[in-house]
Amino acid sequence: MTSLTHRTRYLAIGTTAVLATALVAACGSSPSSGSSSKPILIGASLSLTGDFSADGNAYKRGYELWEHDVNAHGGIDGRKVQLIILNDNSSTTQVDTNYTDLITVKHVNLTFGPFSSLLTAPAAEVAHRYGFAFVEGAGGSPLVFGEKLPNVFDVSLPVANELDPFTNWVKSLPASQRPATVAYPMANDPFATPQVQRTQGLLQSAGFKTVYSKIFPEEEPDYLPNADIVAGDKPGAVVLGSTDVPTVASFVHGFEQQHFNPKVFIAAAGPDQGQAFLSAVGGAGNADGIMVPDAWYPGYDNATSKAMVAEYVKKYGGSASDVNADVAEAYSVGEVTAQAVKATGGTNGSKIISYLHSGVTLSSVQGPVKFNSLGENTKAIAFIFQWQNGKFVQVLPAGATGSVPVLYPKPNWAS
Amino acid sequence: MASEIGQAIAAGILGGGVYALMAAGLTLIFGVLDIINVAQGIFVVLGAYLSYVLSVHLHLDLLLGLFITVPAMFVIGLVIYWLFIRPLRGAERTSMTLLACFAVALIIEGVLYQEFGSNYVSLNAWYTTASVHLFDFYLADIYLIGFGLAAVAFGALYLILYRTTFGRAVRATMQNQVAARLIGIDVNRVSAVTFGIGTSVTAIGGMVYGAISGGFTPNSSYDLISRLLAIVILAGMGSIGGALVTAIFMTTVEALVDIWQPDWAVVVFYLAMVIILTFRPAGLFGRRAVRAQ
Repeated sequence: MTSLTHRTRYLAIGTTAVLATALVAACGSSPSSGSSSKPILIGASLSLTGDFSADGNAYKRGYELWEHDVNAHGGIDGRKVQLIILNDNSSTTQVDTNYTDLITVKHVNLTFGPFSSLLTAPAAEVAHRYGFAFVEGAGGSPLVFGEKLPNVFDVSLPVANELDPFTNWVKSLPASQRPATVAYPMANDPFATPQVQRTQGLLQSAGFKTVYSKIFPEEEPDYLPNADIVAGDKPGAVVLGSTDVPTVASFVHGFEQQHFNPKVFIAAAGPDQGQAFLSAVGGAGNADGIMVPDAWYPGYDNATSKAMVAEYVKKYGGSASDVNADVAEAYSVGEVTAQAVKATGGTNGSKIISYLHSGVTLSSVQGPVKFNSLGENTKAIAFIFQWQNGKFVQVLPAGATGSVPVLYPKPNWAS
Repeated sequence: MASEIGQAIAAGILGGGVYALMAAGLTLIFGVLDIINVAQGIFVVLGAYLSYVLSVHLHLDLLLGLFITVPAMFVIGLVIYWLFIRPLRGAERTSMTLLACFAVALIIEGVLYQEFGSNYVSLNAWYTTASVHLFDFYLADIYLIGFGLAAVAFGALYLILYRTTFGRAVRATMQNQVAARLIGIDVNRVSAVTFGIGTSVTAIGGMVYGAISGGFTPNSSYDLISRLLAIVILAGMGSIGGALVTAIFMTTVEALVDIWQPDWAVVVFYLAMVIILTFRPAGLFGRRAVRAQ
């Protein structure tokens, strides 16, 4: 009797397990081609609130602009696309939940990446678990590529290399003009730290003396004490590992208050935020000479890029200078995905992954895209931009189309 | 190195004044109402946005703008009290008010997102980038102004609490609400006005925060609230003077750690709190002592 009871229990457990497995498989089935009459559902989680909300909302506009454009041209292979965007509040746990929800509950056909490497790393794992290709534009740090997931494809420039044109330029300066010392304050963030540390290594090897190299917490309400300490060291160049406008503005104000003006000032992010940056630092005069790396800017000499900028201004108003690089990154995600869907004849995840790993070169508003085995875009070109007389201009690589001479040394603070 | 230490201590003391300004309302409201106002962070940001509106749209100087934002925040505080806090009674009142304050914070955050979006905005004036020379370093004018405003605000709070009839009623309410009612004090009115005063002081903290932060969004409140709570808990919940002393102590420790290991500065901030609370669970200026003042 006991043996029969046990057998019944084992049978029940076994049946439950089989049913549960079948249910999970049904809920989270890998993406397939689907019906050709239905729209292609594309899911993305974006930081519409929280620390990354400024960038997250710009990304939303980029995705929606691409959706609008592609549908206006008849969709992909005759199928319209429909975006489902969830808010992750800049949280690494919420982004995980959102992609699980998009794939298993909302049954999207494709996924687009979130904003920031910090969120892309956990999100890519979820997409990988369900066999989805994960095309993204803001997860270019070693934190993401270090996962070595086969489904990750970053259409933008790998962040570790973003400052390379700047580093090469500083090294190329005549000895008499070089900044003798360099400071490297950096936020504890997977986007900011790798590129600044790489620059520090390269410049140190070239004989530039490091007078300050410290990592400060990412979420400090007030960076002024850090700025004061850097100013006290009086470095010739400051390479700031920033992630947003307030960090750079705090250092600008701190330097100004300490009557310190470096010959070179470059920040990993923040100066590319147009009017928000100018307003935060106290006007164009204070922005003069400040540099920032990026892979794209509104004046980028590319036909599809120019069309996208015009479309953006038409849809959202403002001027071309209001279109920041986040929009172009997001738009590129859509473009690359669309080309992969067309080439593979559907939304099958494994087919798209194989295609994107095939060495094919694709096009985007940021320029050509070709992925290596880690999913890095090997064709992406790093540019350095600088504020000059209230204009945001491309300065490096020197001699590249569109580059103007670097304003060096940086002019003194205006206010 | 001596110069760096001197500068860090000066920055810590001045920064402490700014944090005390932001925390004053939190500790005052707790002292009288037994409410842990988790909406304090968003009140600070709301104060910053009010200053921003006056500065950008009416071209009003940030300091002059306080003559409008302080009364405006007082009214906002009164409205919030009457709508969300006063109706809550009974045994679960403390936990319910915590939830009510959280709801208020979310509502205000949502309204700010709707009105201003998620892009950073900042407060600028000539004194936000100016500085004065002292020994062999410079002190930022905005921090000196912030410290001065903190001194004025704390002085005013002291006078209200210890030199007025209303202040006596507030202190009586802090010590024992039932007894205060028995001697004829309108506890509801005292509570409402105290909530209003707490939020109005926050308008000043919000303006200074907006001017020193380099930029803020509706989301900025989350970085603030944990620090403000740490300051008032360490000071002893309800101790206004204690909040000033504790804020100065905490920010000075943080500024000193910044010299050597900036990534440890925040850890030390909270570690100091844990160590002190281990030996003084009621905080540096514990509740019993506070209410006996």
